[in-house]
Amino acid sequence: MLIHEQSRRGRTATAQAPRDMAEVSELPAHLRRKTRAALPEVSELQAVRHYTRLSQKNFSIDTHFYPLGSCTMKYNPRACNSLASLPGFLARHPAAPESHSQGIMACLFELQDMLKIVTGMHAVSLAPAAGAQGELAGVMMIRAYHDARGDHERCEILVPDAAHGTNPASAIMGGFEVREVPTGSDGDVDIAALRDAVGPQTAGIMLTNPSTVGVFDRSVQAIAETVHDAGGLLYYDGANLNAILGKVRPGDMGFDVIHMNLHKTFSTPHGGGGPGAGPVGVAKRLEPYLPVPLVVTDGDLYHWQLERDRPESIGRMTAFGGNMGILLRAYIYARLLGAEGMRRVSEYATLNANYLLARLRDAGFTAAYPERRASHELIVTLKREAKEHGTNAMDFAKRLLDYGFHAPTTYFPLLVPECLLIEPTETESKEALDGFVDALVKIRAEAQQDPGLLKQAPHSLPVRRLDEIRAARQLDLAWRPNQVQD
Amino acid sequence: MPYIPHTDADEAEMLAVIGADKIDDLFDEIPSRLRATGLDGIPAGLSEMEVTRLMQSRARADGEPLCFIGAGAYDHHIPAAVWQIATRGELYSAYTPYQAEASQGTLQLLYEFQSMMTALTAMDVSNGSLYDGASALAEAVLMAVRANRKATGKRVLVPESLHPSYRRTASALVGNQGIELTEVRFERETGQTPVAGFEAAAGDGDCAAMVLPLPNFFGVLEEVHALTDWAHARNLLVIGVVNPVALALLAPPGDWGETGADIACGEAQPLGMPLASGGPYLGFLTCKQDFLRQIPGRIVGRTLDTDGKPGYTLTLQAREQHIRRSKATSNICTNQGLLVTAATIHMAILGAAGLERVAAACHANTRRLTELLCEIPGVEPLFDAPVFHERALRLPAPAADLLSALAAQDILGGYDLGNEYPELASALLVCATELRTEEEMAAFRDKLARVIATRSRAE
Repeated sequence: MLIHEQSRRGRTATAQAPRDMAEVSELPAHLRRKTRAALPEVSELQAVRHYTRLSQKNFSIDTHFYPLGSCTMKYNPRACNSLASLPGFLARHPAAPESHSQGIMACLFELQDMLKIVTGMHAVSLAPAAGAQGELAGVMMIRAYHDARGDHERCEILVPDAAHGTNPASAIMGGFEVREVPTGSDGDVDIAALRDAVGPQTAGIMLTNPSTVGVFDRSVQAIAETVHDAGGLLYYDGANLNAILGKVRPGDMGFDVIHMNLHKTFSTPHGGGGPGAGPVGVAKRLEPYLPVPLVVTDGDLYHWQLERDRPESIGRMTAFGGNMGILLRAYIYARLLGAEGMRRVSEYATLNANYLLARLRDAGFTAAYPERRASHELIVTLKREAKEHGTNAMDFAKRLLDYGFHAPTTYFPLLVPECLLIEPTETESKEALDGFVDALVKIRAEAQQDPGLLKQAPHSLPVRRLDEIRAARQLDLAWRPNQVQD
Repeated sequence: MPYIPHTDADEAEMLAVIGADKIDDLFDEIPSRLRATGLDGIPAGLSEMEVTRLMQSRARADGEPLCFIGAGAYDHHIPAAVWQIATRGELYSAYTPYQAEASQGTLQLLYEFQSMMTALTAMDVSNGSLYDGASALAEAVLMAVRANRKATGKRVLVPESLHPSYRRTASALVGNQGIELTEVRFERETGQTPVAGFEAAAGDGDCAAMVLPLPNFFGVLEEVHALTDWAHARNLLVIGVVNPVALALLAPPGDWGETGADIACGEAQPLGMPLASGGPYLGFLTCKQDFLRQIPGRIVGRTLDTDGKPGYTLTLQAREQHIRRSKATSNICTNQGLLVTAATIHMAILGAAGLERVAAACHANTRRLTELLCEIPGVEPLFDAPVFHERALRLPAPAADLLSALAAQDILGGYDLGNEYPELASALLVCATELRTEEEMAAFRDKLARVIATRSRAE
């Protein structure tokens, strides 16, 4: 039931609003609202009960193993939330003067520094609000760099066909054209095809490494040389940074500009779809173009650097300089982990992924790249199961929900048929991984005996499989006051 | 080992299954030349106890100043229930609801949010959030330029009375696609942007849209009905930039002029988000049905499951980057889900009647603050048009000097308009939300009076 359907005219949570309706006669009548907005009228308890119950209809990291590939669903330490929510942090107005901002600016400055070190980049801006905005900032800096050199012909960004959809979409928003580069059968970028693709029109390449197929691209140095020799720049999509934290740094691989997803590698909450934070790091030659604000210090006090201090900056990504509360959580996480803890993140994320790969392979599942090490994630293809039993990857995914596991990412990357992209993260125990393998084995047995069980799954969730075609054709996107309810 | 559960025995068993001797072997596909030597400069890890001590001192360092700044971020009461529920692990640690059946909580919340935002803005469709108000405006501009097929160019009219950071952000984000934002001057007496100003800037058929804030950056109410009708008569789409709390009292964009604005967007921070240094906040975007397929970001629809029971799912995904890649309406993926949760609970608890009282109290408090401050010789309203809950005041000295003197006494006395409008160096933008008391406002007046008096004595 919707909260709107529990509404009764005249019911309110009176404790929450000012006691009286103040005088508003100075507001001109023609600019006043004529009819009250149809918001629900409920008591505080009704709202609390309704939203508590809704929360119970979710799978989450706190309640379930959530091996959603490419999303790094690891434990979000509770301390990061409670400490970022200290009253001093929550009450600070974004336009408060520097004299009243030294506490948070110290955290941001140190976070910039730590991110520089872990990525091997020359400078970092914390401004982008999420990974995709970091990508856009990155391609905008690539454009600014070429423009500043009078190199206006570079209109094309290369993107591997396995890339996240945000990469080509960000390149377009940055005003570029996109050319796809194929992936070889071993999972690495097809170098020969890349050599054919580069030229005087190449502005840069956007690359994820380890890639979205769950392997470290061994030819990254050759890719870097090829693109650099053609005059292009290298963009690193940091979505998979969790796999290499402390092991190898994008700066050392030859990347010129990168973004990081703090809601992945630095364990800030995913929140049901955000907020994220997508800081960008750059090599020295791109530093002038970083988005504002930046935090600098004169050794005594911290200061903001804004548009007027950085005339070549690509500018501002949000009104107030970024998702500060998320940056604070990432800072707290980084301080809890320290250098040693960060190295262990990639070690145990990789151990867990390779263990899952080995167990699934031993159980007779097909790895998409059987000759390769897994990075922090792995791909299983259910092509054979689909052919033999008519049960596809989505059926397996839905049945996993019945077993109490959130499904892995399905049907991405697009080049592997019937795929599950599985990312266990370092915070899952061996028992959790074993339970997941056992469930997949059982589900495959069910597929043999009773494929309908999978096709109609899930059976034990708040709803059965939803009609997505109906959702798209008979659009119902908002409740209306006069709507007849089911 | 923080948050890693593996025992030595687990590790040994797992490596045996993999067929590796040690964890480091798992990184053997990384060319050895690239292997990082260390993380010099990253401090050693701290215990939760130690980090708590550190963060408490950092949070205290910024004091507890009395705040009269608005300028796009507003200090409102937030019911305790809002964040207690929003930070439940089931909501806090879930992700984008790709598996609809396992995400009905998040999905229904998004649907309720969409319903509330369409009701508040009087529009047909809402998306499931954008990063913040300014980036939402950028998306609205991109959307309007795509949607307006009658326009011969890609110019968009933007009044200078729109929040300066919104203008800067929008300009940075849309400039890449050859869209030009033409700024339109405000009227010095009223702080409003008259039709004549837009008319002069409009040129000949190459403008796709106009941006119309209510209230504008100065707190002033623009004449939205007349401006909307003017824009529509010239085939421009109208993008309203609105404060959702103000909409409890003010005409919603869907009701502007004869046919209403086409797109509405803005910052939903006033609906349950703490000031928190500027983020995470919550951008919203609603529009008329006609522009549905141009909308960026997630949208949730209600549908039925195989038993015919209602349920919720992401829909119209063919607009989005994970399906459409380079042809998507936007690159946005992760948005502001947790803030949607907070705003939805906030709106449900307050209801329209509660929001009206909040809006009225802010309006009345700012009026009272204006009265008090204007008791000081040399302080007077800068503009004469009606305002919602902010007011620009003329001061007898540069605002920057007075503000730093006030800050030294732990009063953040407002926003220095000279920052962005050089000709207004002696103008201050103040705001008093429902949280400010008569005593606090009187203390502000007394301290400002003293600061001004001290200064004029010094001269």
